[in-house]
Amino acid sequence: MPVSVTNSRLIYDALKACDVKIMSALPETWLVHLIRMADEDPDMTLVRLAKEEEGIGISAGAHLAGVNSALLMQNHGFLASINAIVSLALLYKIPLLMLISYRGHFGEKDPWQTQGGMVTEPILRSMNIPIWHLNNASDIHRRLKDAQTLANASLHPVAVLLSRELMWED
Amino acid sequence: MLRIDALQAIYPELEERIVVTIMGAVAAELYTLGHRPNFFYLEHAMGLASSMGLGLALAMPQHKVIVIDGDGSLLMNLGTLSTMARYRPGNLLHIVFDNESLLSVGGFPTATSTGTDLAGIARASGVPSVMEANAPDSLARSVHEALASNTLTTIISKVEAIGPKTFHMDLPLLENRFQFKRSLEAMQKHTSALDL
Repeated sequence: MPVSVTNSRLIYDALKACDVKIMSALPETWLVHLIRMADEDPDMTLVRLAKEEEGIGISAGAHLAGVNSALLMQNHGFLASINAIVSLALLYKIPLLMLISYRGHFGEKDPWQTQGGMVTEPILRSMNIPIWHLNNASDIHRRLKDAQTLANASLHPVAVLLSRELMWED
Repeated sequence: MLRIDALQAIYPELEERIVVTIMGAVAAELYTLGHRPNFFYLEHAMGLASSMGLGLALAMPQHKVIVIDGDGSLLMNLGTLSTMARYRPGNLLHIVFDNESLLSVGGFPTATSTGTDLAGIARASGVPSVMEANAPDSLARSVHEALASNTLTTIISKVEAIGPKTFHMDLPLLENRFQFKRSLEAMQKHTSALDL
């Protein structure tokens, strides 16, 4: 499977540097290594979700308890979580660090991913959620740290979009 | 059983705990019985009170977390039972008041009114301890037992579809949110002081 282990490791290490202790995830192809790394790390609590919106609740609980968390999901999982983001995270000013695999964008071969790819950014923008793209290995640490910093300072969700260039080695 | 009587019966067990409720009648009635800074009322996002409880329980393993859920909310997020059961934090107690109705929006019957069995779903999802308590004294006993057991427990309590006269709470939701977070910080400081 040509999912990049090297870049998954860089992302995982960056999350550790952000002192993330709880990671909620729903598996998808690009996220397999990240989820495995969380599972193998005795200092990380990995919560495997049935549906992505549960992760919004888990992160809200973790934040109120003073613990840093992150959500790992596909953009379709983000789309499935919109009410939870609006009615919990935005309503209650909860900082969410969302790592979203950006399927259905340039380079996508799976037809079923393409509609979600086209609406992801417009919907994030309409929700006033700041977006960082992770395209380059060189700025993963800086961008994730800055995303978390903004989330905590603004008490607002942020979206880090994981790109094909970073995650997939063709 | 009236939910307000049920809440009254378990109030002493709630007082010092981290409590998360759903919106509507449950929130208004608990608030009326006596608000505490360690009570959080999730005034929207139906279905996610139990997920919040799971996040709190995982983040604060030294403290008991009690979620007060309802049939309408739980039916919107049945997957939460399988996720809670998977990680089964022993410090999490999940109470579900089942009035077989979406009472706060006008009393539309939910699927529990036509036979859906939430206790059965919780058991089949793998929740290690599932109880049913349909009277205030048996509910109070079940809550006491569940908290002492250090086992993830879901308690299903049938209550009448009767709510409070008013849903008004003199507590803006952000005030509740910040107050609650401060209160959890104080609990953690207290616990770590005891550890020293």
